[in-house]
Amino acid sequence: MGWRKPMEQLDEQYLVSEGTSLADVTEIVSKVTEQKAPRLWWILFGISTAVTGILGLTIAYLLWTGIGIWGNNSPVAWAWDITNFVWWIGIGHAGTLISAVLYLFRQYWRTAINRFSEAMTIFAVICALMFPTIHAGRPWFLYFSLPIPNQMNMWPNFKSPLLWDVFAVSTYFTVSLLFWYVGLVPDFATLRDRATNKIRKWAYGFVALGWRGSNRHWSNYERAYLILAALSTPLVLSVHSVVSFDFATSVEPGWHTTIFPPYFVAGAVFSGFAMVMTLLIIARTVYGMHDLIRIRHLELMNKIMLTTGSLVGYAYAMEFFIAWYSGNPYERFVFINRAMGDYWWAYWSMITCNVISPQFFWFKKLRTNIPFMFVISIVINVGMWFERFVIIVTSLHHDYLPSAWGNFSPTVFDVLTYCGSLGLFFTAFLLFLRWFPMIAIAEVKMVMPQADPHLGHHGHDDHDEDEDAMTAEPAMAEE
Amino acid sequence: MASESKKTGTKAGDAGETRPLLLLAEYESAGDVYHAAEHVRDAGYEKWDVHTPFPVHGMDKAMGLKDSSVGWIVLVMGLTGCLTAFVLMWWTNGHDYPLVIGGKPGFSLPSMIPVMFELTVLLSAFGAVFGMLGINQLPKHWHPVFYSDRFDRCTDDRFFISIEAADPKFDLDETKSMLESTHPSHVELISEEVDE
Repeated sequence: MGWRKPMEQLDEQYLVSEGTSLADVTEIVSKVTEQKAPRLWWILFGISTAVTGILGLTIAYLLWTGIGIWGNNSPVAWAWDITNFVWWIGIGHAGTLISAVLYLFRQYWRTAINRFSEAMTIFAVICALMFPTIHAGRPWFLYFSLPIPNQMNMWPNFKSPLLWDVFAVSTYFTVSLLFWYVGLVPDFATLRDRATNKIRKWAYGFVALGWRGSNRHWSNYERAYLILAALSTPLVLSVHSVVSFDFATSVEPGWHTTIFPPYFVAGAVFSGFAMVMTLLIIARTVYGMHDLIRIRHLELMNKIMLTTGSLVGYAYAMEFFIAWYSGNPYERFVFINRAMGDYWWAYWSMITCNVISPQFFWFKKLRTNIPFMFVISIVINVGMWFERFVIIVTSLHHDYLPSAWGNFSPTVFDVLTYCGSLGLFFTAFLLFLRWFPMIAIAEVKMVMPQADPHLGHHGHDDHDEDEDAMTAEPAMAEE
Repeated sequence: MASESKKTGTKAGDAGETRPLLLLAEYESAGDVYHAAEHVRDAGYEKWDVHTPFPVHGMDKAMGLKDSSVGWIVLVMGLTGCLTAFVLMWWTNGHDYPLVIGGKPGFSLPSMIPVMFELTVLLSAFGAVFGMLGINQLPKHWHPVFYSDRFDRCTDDRFFISIEAADPKFDLDETKSMLESTHPSHVELISEEVDE
């Protein structure tokens, strides 16, 4: 109880609105999957499935004809497809950061948003994996990248960063899926126990694995969860580092730099948080989750975006400085060409969206203004797409010999594949909102004041002490 | 405040003989179940469990549980992953069919680090998840606690202690009065019908 005073002095707040009971948390989260979907959900779902259908047709045409339907051509052999791959995988990183890194740092506010962002990770990685797969042109030969004994007696080249990427991204997808599922098991049990019809009872019962809240189970469960968090933390850093090796280990000016791994990771977290913010604001508004996802959560996320946005800005500046300082004329040319060449508009869009726009979050008024942060979160994702476009296309289109220079312009199929991947992402996400507990019920309860067993030692007789409990116990957000 | 009710697990009713399976006590707060668990631990029971909607801090100690052994499984799996990756790359690129690419040696440790790391993480994660499920003996879709209708709230806002009839110290009346002394909001006997 002595904790209350410092909390007030620090202007700390509780993680859920005061007076929220354990049963309220169950109710708020579960009812979304139990009631009819709101009209807005159907509208969004209709649009996104239609867009996913277009994606399917585009891919069918692409497989039939070949990737020549895209604008990629020598010298710009990597263009929108790889831009989209890096963009999507980067978006996925925020999910792991929230679920694993913030867990290790005991940032309890993550409980309101981790389920959400882990789901986002899974779907973003699916979208990401699609691009290199179809970029390969003949996806049915993808098994070449796996060390399978074959009639040619040949093995994959393990010294190639592209092969590291295969291992990194597929490990990342698998581990994220396991992490997500482990977290979902107790919440599936909640939905199972609330189920009123047989199909729900069977379906949720099946995926809940017979979870019965046993403390003997929780003990192993929590240890496994901690270990998964500890594994995912270096994993997430390794994945985007390996993605950046695809570029950094080449001898292309503008790519061959040592700053790439940390710079890519910062950018990934930056764009991922922006995407979580976009989705979170939509879901919070549609489903009225104001008691669980509070302004405080959004504000903390904005602070992380401000930090990572500034890190990215620093990396842009440092790249330019090193290009000049290296004395390498090709390196210098590529950077001047980025800012003032054919693609100057892409470069300056990137600077505006990524470096300037998050700086507004220095001001508390703007940091807590929901429409404003919604707009900024979209602007940041646009900017991060431009970042990858700038890195890939400007480096390739004018590198060494002017005789080998060329330009890139996208075709309608580039646009359709990219927009289609957004459709796929949103379709998956809307289905998640509809059928899965979108907030980690058990984890939110764990950080509520009622979760403390040493709370309220005023005898065992008064059980309706919820209000008392609220004032007595610090569900401290930080420190 | 401790109400009491007997109930058969099977739906058939009181047609045949019944055999007790477990006693289930319900509590309204994490604090109540925590103190009750300490009590049951001190009474020397072995086959018993606490059921909570979320992991209650310090409950392992209140129950007298040993440290989880999931970590050891993860260690073994992680080392296996690391070693597998090393042997795989050494065999394929360094021994079986060395390809000279960019003038680099077939066997070169620095370029093997990323894949060794990824496989370590992958197998460790498998170890953590499937090891945890294995130790917990899940999936297991049947358990006597599920016979109780009140137990549905275990994943919502109620806390339970179950003591199995298979426990050597289990005695229907004695165990029940012991549980009632821990201030539960409800005590329930779960039994099954015996075919004769």
